[in-house]
Amino acid sequence: MPPRARALIRSVVVPAVIVLAWEGMSRAGVINPMILPAPSRVLLRWIDYLESGELPRDAASSLYRVTMGFLIGTTLALLLGLAMGASNKAYAYLNPVLQLLRPIPPIAYVPLAILWFGLGNPPAFFLISLGAFFPVLMNTISGVRSVDAIYIRAARNLGASRSALFFRVMVPAAMPHIMTGIRVGFGVAFIVVIVAEMIAVNSGLGYRILEAREYFWSDKIIAGMITIGLLGLGIDAALARLSKYLLRWHRGLELAR
Amino acid sequence: MSSASVPEPEIQIRGVTKSFGTNGSDIVALDGIDFDVGRGELVCLLGPSGCGKSTLLNAVAGFSLPTAGEIVAAGRVVTEPGPDRGMVFQEYALFPWMTVRSNVAFGLEMRREPKQRIEETVGALLHKLHLTEFADRFPKDLSGGMRQRVAIARVLALDSPILLMDEPFGALDALTRRNLQDELLRIWTDLKKTILFVTHGIEESIYLADRIVVMTYRPGRVKTIVPVPLDRPRDVSAPQFNDLKRNLSRMVMEEQDRREQDETRLN
Repeated sequence: MPPRARALIRSVVVPAVIVLAWEGMSRAGVINPMILPAPSRVLLRWIDYLESGELPRDAASSLYRVTMGFLIGTTLALLLGLAMGASNKAYAYLNPVLQLLRPIPPIAYVPLAILWFGLGNPPAFFLISLGAFFPVLMNTISGVRSVDAIYIRAARNLGASRSALFFRVMVPAAMPHIMTGIRVGFGVAFIVVIVAEMIAVNSGLGYRILEAREYFWSDKIIAGMITIGLLGLGIDAALARLSKYLLRWHRGLELAR
Repeated sequence: MSSASVPEPEIQIRGVTKSFGTNGSDIVALDGIDFDVGRGELVCLLGPSGCGKSTLLNAVAGFSLPTAGEIVAAGRVVTEPGPDRGMVFQEYALFPWMTVRSNVAFGLEMRREPKQRIEETVGALLHKLHLTEFADRFPKDLSGGMRQRVAIARVLALDSPILLMDEPFGALDALTRRNLQDELLRIWTDLKKTILFVTHGIEESIYLADRIVVMTYRPGRVKTIVPVPLDRPRDVSAPQFNDLKRNLSRMVMEEQDRREQDETRLN
């Protein structure tokens, strides 16, 4: 058997066994379908959800929110991280506050977010950007701080100005760290969007799951969860490709896979 | 062969002393170094690790200034790094995120030369160093020898009168090293650069240099300056070559022994 076929078989064996066992137990009546509906029912419900146009709409609003929040959080984190990485003074002033804020999970800001921004998209943007902010920030700082001094020396020897030193040497040299931060930050942003939708808005995948709970539509809950999983996987794969392209010069490409 | 008359100095090293550390236990890396490098001359700095030869080169480059004394290079007192003293580093200090072409163009871009001029100059340099077909590769895809060619092209682009080289061929295999040494000599003859070349390779220094500055181990002082009166291309198996080699080996070994004693004492 060719190795690729073998790898494919290995990767599907466990999921297939789980789904079959799950289906079998549901059909045999071992599990209450209200608690855990059979995969076949989930699939039918998922197709229904898709065809009604509800799923694409929900996915679009979740994506819109996560993208906006992620962009806001990442932009701020990049600006601040580059400044803090490059300047010891900026680092000394800002680091204590940020270290204090960093362990507070975005979820803990929910009451304040509603108080400050009301309902709708704004509190969601706030929470999501907060989720993306810290991973990008921390990685950017460490990326800039760990730039090999030899590059700085070489650039100065070649007559680089301060701004060229920053934009053409330090930023690209820090890029592997920054991309790691961006991928982690996106992962957190994606968690936070679902939570935010359970609280402040009435559309999106997170909202839909909570709504389905009201009616005990557990098949729809699972259909929604699977959609979240697929979407997250798709976006992470896209980010992985982006970082592979941006870091095509980098030796440790394995990291970016 | 270099002429007997001393050419006008391009680098003047005047009483250069450099110590590290702030309290009483200062390490004196360089102690009263005094010599000139003439315009168009190729001078090697030779000595065991820890003799301060790289420290001296870094002082000439302007990366770390002397504690006392003065360095004048290309007519100006050295106070900071600058493109009039192009440096080729020991490690491959190429920018890995730039292609070969962009690496070579970097210095010219910093000088805001017109785009077309940059393209022409870079093209010519890549050709000169046999790098044309690798122009759009990234450094990670090149061999060690290739990378040092790019590093040389990158400083040549600056067209600086002075080249500083910090054990640039130390990490290469013997054949690649000889190849690059010949390349360097060719470039040096063509472009009439003043070169200060740090090495711990005795044979390398005799093969390349007009004069060899042998340094002592801690504190780094000039032990002696040995002229190499051999015609180029030099034959490494010639008796005069070997006489020089024996002579220099003895002097370097004395310093190496002092270094070992010193390290034993510290342990």
